[in-house]
Amino acid sequence: MNGRTGVSRRLKNHLLTIMVIAATMVSLLPLVDIIWTVTAKGLAALSWKLFTTVTVGVAGGLANAITGTILLVALALVFAAPLGIAGGLYLSEFGSKRLGWFLRQAADILTGVPSIVLGYFGYVTMVIWLGWGFSLLAGSITLTIIMVPYIMRSAEIAMSRVPHTWREASLALGATHPTTAFRIVLRGGIPGILTGVIIAVGRAMGETAPLIYTAAWSNYMPTGSLIHSPVGYLTYAVWNFINEPFASAHALAYAAALILILMVLAFNIVGRLLVGRRAL
Amino acid sequence: MSRPAPWRERLVVATSGMFAASGLFFLVAVLAVMSIFAWPSIRFNGWPFLWRIPWNVGNLYGGSLVVHNGVQAPQGAEYGILVFLVGTLLTSLIALVVAVPVAVGVAVFITEVAPARLGAAVGVLVELLAGVPSVVFGLWGVEVVAPLVARDLGPFLARVLGFIPFLAGPVGSGVGLLSAGLVLAVMIIPIIAAVSRDVLARVPRDMKEQGLALGVTRWELVRTIILPYARSGIIAAVVLGLGRAMGETMAVLMVSGSAVNILPYNIYSPVGTMAATIVTLLDSAMTDPTGMAVHALAELALALFIITLMVNILVPVVTAGVSLIGTPRAGGDKR
Repeated sequence: MNGRTGVSRRLKNHLLTIMVIAATMVSLLPLVDIIWTVTAKGLAALSWKLFTTVTVGVAGGLANAITGTILLVALALVFAAPLGIAGGLYLSEFGSKRLGWFLRQAADILTGVPSIVLGYFGYVTMVIWLGWGFSLLAGSITLTIIMVPYIMRSAEIAMSRVPHTWREASLALGATHPTTAFRIVLRGGIPGILTGVIIAVGRAMGETAPLIYTAAWSNYMPTGSLIHSPVGYLTYAVWNFINEPFASAHALAYAAALILILMVLAFNIVGRLLVGRRAL
Repeated sequence: MSRPAPWRERLVVATSGMFAASGLFFLVAVLAVMSIFAWPSIRFNGWPFLWRIPWNVGNLYGGSLVVHNGVQAPQGAEYGILVFLVGTLLTSLIALVVAVPVAVGVAVFITEVAPARLGAAVGVLVELLAGVPSVVFGLWGVEVVAPLVARDLGPFLARVLGFIPFLAGPVGSGVGLLSAGLVLAVMIIPIIAAVSRDVLARVPRDMKEQGLALGVTRWELVRTIILPYARSGIIAAVVLGLGRAMGETMAVLMVSGSAVNILPYNIYSPVGTMAATIVTLLDSAMTDPTGMAVHALAELALALFIITLMVNILVPVVTAGVSLIGTPRAGGDKR
């Protein structure tokens, strides 16, 4: 370190420490401020009526949106979980090196596709071509496309971590490869698979762009019909009502944001706790 | 593996393989469907679609139609996406400029500076930030960031750095390019930080120890050994963040000011990004009786899809065979 004194080296060293601590604080500050802002304004707007009545114009409750969010995500989960977990099993157990790599990259790239593009895709294929109109099914299937690669990749990683000796023991006992895959690998990977599924659910709940032109919005409770009937959901309430100039609308937006953030954080935290000790 | 697979085994492999291909299937399906649906617009607008400024659905009430390349559109219809390309690039650029140093700093803090437990706790908090829904970021942007830009940050920047034309005032309402870039920065910090952290954590221990044995300080260790070693991984993390920033829709939509037909004149002016514009304009586009407006938006979505696809394909290319995203890690929730 040609000619630099020890003092300047130590000074620079302290500077680095200060800089990275500052960076960490800068990155965590928004999280704190977001939770603070949404909690402060959301709590003031929270009431029982919110959970029991539907939206009326720019006021009323959010029962329709809460029910809609749950229905959309639950239905998407029904499609995405088996698809993703089976796909993950293949990538972990059966995929040849080349093909497995290729499919894995495709799944990763799909998670990078902007959600509004998937929303437009859902709009064109289901709302227009299949003629379902704005509907629960169109929204759910669009959410499925977002969830599948997440679930698949985390399921794959969870299953590939099942010790090889377990597989060998199973095969040595005469079990076939599929039996080993289902009985040993799938079962052994369950905590990690669940984590992936739960985090995917949390993410799906927070999506807006894929739903605006597939599920649209409705002031009424979901009718239960899969097609030809638009569905409301919480994220839409946040986006739409904050743009209205009325205090009642803003209150609804903040209440929706608070409920949303609590749901999403709960799912994230539960998902992480399931795995317990996390490797850094 | 040596004995021939019975049919049951082959069925399981084939079925799960089909499901594993769903990622590829959806990518191809999106490309195909959007291309087909955008075709009338591609024919009508031609290449100038990419560099024209006006986005004009034409006169929907006059009743007269023009036909170009065999496709009908209302009189005066003209579509170009230059404004949205510029908006997407500039907001993402601001986001990267702000987010990259911060995110790499966080990664260094977690892996090199903080005690293990504190580092792990910060890691979890940063990942929680990644889980916040984008509309909530948008809400926070409208409530906190935009006023901050309008009242404090904007006037300050305009005064101190106003000699740079693009940074000079007027500052405006706070809704615009700078606010969108800042909100995006906050949103991509967790992604870049999480991937960088994993890359830094995989710098071989002996390399660090050799450096320490030579008596380097932590700063020197980070600068001369750790960061150079982790460079390609960090670049991949940045590219991943870029892809996310370019495709982000709701948060940007809420704080960008949704500009149409006008290029940003300074860093505070309203912008429209490709993703946000699709949401803004689709509702009114549905009123075009020829359907051209909806097809043109599909072409915009197709362009956004292709751009983010290229950016995301860069990630495995940058890491050159070292599968970075696929690194097994507990939780496995990393994108």
